[in-house]
Amino acid sequence: MRFVFKTDYNQDIRLLKHSGYWWSYGALLAVLIAFPYLVGSYLQSQIVFVFIYAIVGVALIILTGFTGQASLGHAAFLAIGAYTAGFLQSQGISFIVYFPAAAIITGAVGAMVGFPALRLSGIYLVIATIAFAFIVEEILARWESVTHGNEGMRVRTIDLLGQPIPRDGDAFYFLCLLVLAGSILLALNLLRSPTGRAFIAIRDSETAAKSMGIDLAGYKVKSFAISAALTGMAGVLFAHKMSFISPEMFTLLLSIEFIMVIIIGGAFGVHGAVLGAIFIVMVDPFLTALKDDVPVLGASLATTLGMAPDAAGKLRETMSAIGSAAGLKGAIYGLIIMMFILFEPYGLYGRWLKVKLFFQLFPLYKKATFKRQKTYVKSERNR
Amino acid sequence: MSFFTVDGISLQFGGLKAVDSVSFSVEKGEIFTIIGPNGAGKTSIFNLISRLYDPTSGKLFFEGRDITEVPPHQIAKLGIARTFQNIELFENASMLANLLVGRHCHATTQLWQEILFLPSVRRAEKEHRRKVEEVIEFLDLQAYRDKLIAGLPYGVRKVVEVARALCSEPKLILLDEPSSGLNVEETDDMSFWIRDIRTELGVTVLMVEHDMSLVNRVSDRVLALNYGKVLASGTPAEVQAHPDVIAAYLGA
Ligand SMILES: Nc1ncnc2c1ncn2[C@@H]1O[C@H](COP(=O)(O)OP(=O)(O)O)[C@@H](O)[C@H]1O
Ligand SMILES: [Mg+2]
Repeated sequence: MRFVFKTDYNQDIRLLKHSGYWWSYGALLAVLIAFPYLVGSYLQSQIVFVFIYAIVGVALIILTGFTGQASLGHAAFLAIGAYTAGFLQSQGISFIVYFPAAAIITGAVGAMVGFPALRLSGIYLVIATIAFAFIVEEILARWESVTHGNEGMRVRTIDLLGQPIPRDGDAFYFLCLLVLAGSILLALNLLRSPTGRAFIAIRDSETAAKSMGIDLAGYKVKSFAISAALTGMAGVLFAHKMSFISPEMFTLLLSIEFIMVIIIGGAFGVHGAVLGAIFIVMVDPFLTALKDDVPVLGASLATTLGMAPDAAGKLRETMSAIGSAAGLKGAIYGLIIMMFILFEPYGLYGRWLKVKLFFQLFPLYKKATFKRQKTYVKSERNR
Repeated sequence: MSFFTVDGISLQFGGLKAVDSVSFSVEKGEIFTIIGPNGAGKTSIFNLISRLYDPTSGKLFFEGRDITEVPPHQIAKLGIARTFQNIELFENASMLANLLVGRHCHATTQLWQEILFLPSVRRAEKEHRRKVEEVIEFLDLQAYRDKLIAGLPYGVRKVVEVARALCSEPKLILLDEPSSGLNVEETDDMSFWIRDIRTELGVTVLMVEHDMSLVNRVSDRVLALNYGKVLASGTPAEVQAHPDVIAAYLGA
């Protein structure tokens, strides 16, 4: 285990706390830069989606993980960012203008959504954000002069000061990586400043936060605005990546996927956004495999194990029927959410921290290390 | 005019008068204690002072200023900090983060500066940290800086809450039952700290307390309350000898 001697307040403010961080994050950065040269175009495309989902994940962690305000309306923020980009681009406005403009417009809408949130909490807030998302979906479908309604809208390749950035190219990959890195840095900077601490204070005790001089209304609105603005930026990238946007791409299911990113990844640290995004984006290729490869594999395995060929064929059919059953994705999502909430409330990142601690303490790790804390919190909360 | 004055304040919950035209004044540098049986309205008075509740009638004055209409989040900035009877700490944050929230009313940096973490933010953060370290030193909390509140023992949390209040550099601190749930030894420590808060830091103390031995050891003046009404006030000895107070405590 590493003991860091602290001799300077800067040590607690610094993001990379000691040399170990430099090594591990340096290595991660090297891998991320090398990726486009190592993997095929399909996987590279998936990683771009991981980046975009992770940006939304960071946005949700700021709102839900830090500030404690739930939202099932983030697909709508993504849509506002995407449509702002699509519309402004069609008006001949340049990327370096409409990218920040999308963030600002979405942020302003987020602030407006934040106002009702001042009076609502928990499930009521969730319902309000769903209602907001439906309204946005409806507006997108009806406001045809700007959005082309249900027909959808073409989004052309990014033109960065005369330099095209095609959606399948390496430059697009790095642009998304850059925006994600920026979002993470923003979240970490907030977390080490008064505003981020005010968010956390509101999450854990509104009464105490008020008495410590925190203006609940102001900070909740700020949190919504920041979260929405980040999601709006992700929306611009999403629009360009898809090259075509239409209202039915931004439904409740997408908002649920975003929430899952932070439930699975863990909402209490920014790392969770990335882990959760990897998980969610990879569910699709996984399901495809379930449909195509697994039945074939299962059947041939069964044949090798001595099963009659026609029985093996039946097995393959059954397996592929299960794999392509309607609603399988929803069912898997539901199951995953339940499992995480029940068994790993701190998400994949929480699990990672436990594994890390296990190796650091190796022979001394006690099974109850985390359990005791958890039960203590529970009993305290039930007073 | 006194340092802090409560003037004929009342608070009604439906048909229940939780606080019934209570008046008292606290002088600068005093340790003033409110006692009374459960449900007497002590915590309600604190909630009125920190503006979590709006009084049905009456007024509050702090340093000659009418604070009856001041919004709750501006009370800390005026120099009034508090603790809660049922500990209201930020459970899923480190002790250091909790104490830094105590500095919030002195925050000067803007959101955009914080997002970029400009040098001015770093400087301000180090200054806050320096103040927080003074309080950590004062209350002997060195061992818990990076610990999550959720994992701390009850007695320590009680002290952390006092520390958080002190981090805002208050002129008046409200302590709601600082010794409740503490063992004898911890209660002793608390009584020393309460006196030190007054003598070393020069902070005026207004507290609610059950433990009569603690009350007698630290209080300059005591006010006894029952069913929202003032029964008696004066020195600890005077109040405890008052027939109405004796009757209230014996349940007559
Ligand atoms: N939010 C509230 N709503 C309704 N009644 C309340 C509320 N808070 C306190 N009370 C009532 O007001 C009375 C005084 O409560 P409180 O000030 O907490 O008493 P104490 O702190 O002296 O034990 C009690 O009868 C209590 O039930
Ligand atoms: Mg009370």
